[in-house]
Amino acid sequence: MKKFLLIVLITLVSLTTRAEIEILITEGRDDARPIAIVPFAFESESLVVTPPFDFAKIIADDLARSGKFKPTAIEALPDRPSSVEEVDLIKWRQLSVDAIVYGKVTEKSPGVYQVSYDLLDPFNDKAIFESEVEEGTYPLVAQAQHLMLLKDKVVGLDNYRWNAHIAADEIYEALTGERGAFATQIAYVEVNRHEANPYQLFVSDSDGFGAQRIFSSRRPIMSPAWSPGGQKLAYVSFENGRSEIIVQNLAKAERSTLASYKGFNSAPAWSPDGNKMAMVLSKDGNPEIYIMDLATKKLNRLTRHYSIDTEPSWSPDGKSLVFTSDRGGRPQIYRVFLDSGETKRVTFEGRYNAGAEFLPNGDSIVMVHQSTKGFHLASQDLNNGEISILTKTSLDESLSIAPNGSMIIYSTVNGRQKVLSTISMDGRFGMPIPSTTGEVKAPAWSPFLR
Amino acid sequence: MKNLLKLVTLAVFALTIVACGTKKETQPVDNTPTNTGPTAEQLAAQRAAEEARRAAAAEASRIQALLDSTTVYFGYDQDVLDSEYTEMLRLHAERMVAEGRNVTLEGHADERGTPEYNLALGERRAKAVAQLLRTFGVADSQIEVVSFGEESPAVMGHDDSAWAKNRRVELNYK
Repeated sequence: MKKFLLIVLITLVSLTTRAEIEILITEGRDDARPIAIVPFAFESESLVVTPPFDFAKIIADDLARSGKFKPTAIEALPDRPSSVEEVDLIKWRQLSVDAIVYGKVTEKSPGVYQVSYDLLDPFNDKAIFESEVEEGTYPLVAQAQHLMLLKDKVVGLDNYRWNAHIAADEIYEALTGERGAFATQIAYVEVNRHEANPYQLFVSDSDGFGAQRIFSSRRPIMSPAWSPGGQKLAYVSFENGRSEIIVQNLAKAERSTLASYKGFNSAPAWSPDGNKMAMVLSKDGNPEIYIMDLATKKLNRLTRHYSIDTEPSWSPDGKSLVFTSDRGGRPQIYRVFLDSGETKRVTFEGRYNAGAEFLPNGDSIVMVHQSTKGFHLASQDLNNGEISILTKTSLDESLSIAPNGSMIIYSTVNGRQKVLSTISMDGRFGMPIPSTTGEVKAPAWSPFLR
Repeated sequence: MKNLLKLVTLAVFALTIVACGTKKETQPVDNTPTNTGPTAEQLAAQRAAEEARRAAAAEASRIQALLDSTTVYFGYDQDVLDSEYTEMLRLHAERMVAEGRNVTLEGHADERGTPEYNLALGERRAKAVAQLLRTFGVADSQIEVVSFGEESPAVMGHDDSAWAKNRRVELNYK
């Protein structure tokens, strides 16, 4: 036990910041909205000539990744304004973009930057701007006649990128009416077979940058799942030779074992209120879905069938769960209602449907669907049963939906490598996030974090 | 290295000849003529005995090979044991019973499908092997079942040949 504790301590202490991950755009789409994002001006009283990151590029990459926007190439920009007085509306109307983002970064002192940026609609003659310097929070104030207010904030080196994602969220929401999900994180497992602890659990920003290793092990790690508040991760670890469910507090780096029953312990899923954990245990002979009350640790068994029942996922209202079962002979999605205990089969099309998750609106699910060409992500409308195949990749698994329901991150194989990829909810824009080193899998998108 | 090995072999060979020669010189030589060789029946019996000995040796090495083999492979999304493994598992079971040895059955799946479903599938496979071992007399307490799902592939790769080698149960003696 002492030795185990020591190992845990060592692995927790060795939190490391990692190299940045390269991003590739593979598929474009023609109905994305054109938007001009002008490189931000930089001012400094010291000898520093460039800011730590390209604020405008982070915004542009975020918006592009959503599949809803197509940022104009920098070479094609007619002008480089950095304040509203410098904006020549005619030039931007000729470019025929829906909106322009421009801004300025000023180094106030070493490592402290003032960042200001505006979003404007060149076709709106009444576009006027007010400056609001806020502290701590930066809510978007949209007004009827123009789109967005000037933003002005002070950021440090440690939250520079994060604030660029917040900016992308603000712009996304102003232009779509939907909350942005760029200032979020993803948890994932990376396997580097040449390392002493090949199995590594990471948390990075939603664009793959700023990855922090939060746990590593000699043995496999599976199924990371975020608590609804984003403070904790539940995951499956084989560190003691077999699968157990661990809960780790991200800020305090505390770990505890939640489930270590005989047989396997797998597929943790927090209830939307954060008070319960759905999980799959084979302690009674075969895999069944249980709900654990996290306060009392009491288990309530949800399924009773000799088949495989696994991959529970909560409906947003917390009143039902979908799960995978091969009780019909092949893996298919079923739904169980907690009040009545009624279980209904949900999928009928395709020989293999598994790993389903609800969209935030609760009306549809996304799942792994086997077609004649392989394993793809597919969405199914729960009202009319209609299925749409979303991905062209063919070994897809471990999907996780962005908290605003706009994008899905999943694990797939690209060439010979196991990689993470994102796809827009309509399946029309996809982008792999290749790792620089080992194989990457089991992504889990965080809830909204602010 | 090869040359060194050759030299050593030669030296051993030479020593053996010398040893044999020395031995022969110190022993009395039997000059009795051997007119009566073995009869046809004797020869046939000798040949049969030799064949039986060879067959027994072959059988012993076949059994040893089955005992040395510790992996059972499965079909895609299957947990049914192929009958070709029945004898291998019977032999393992007999040895486990005779020697009171314990085994961990590690169930694995290929990468297709979801990791959580595959964890369940790996356990099912390991349990299918456990069931057969129990049928052959192994006690429940001698068997531990662990599933690794698709997390611990035997072979890297994303094609049929890699997948076939990854759908497996490994018998690990403790």
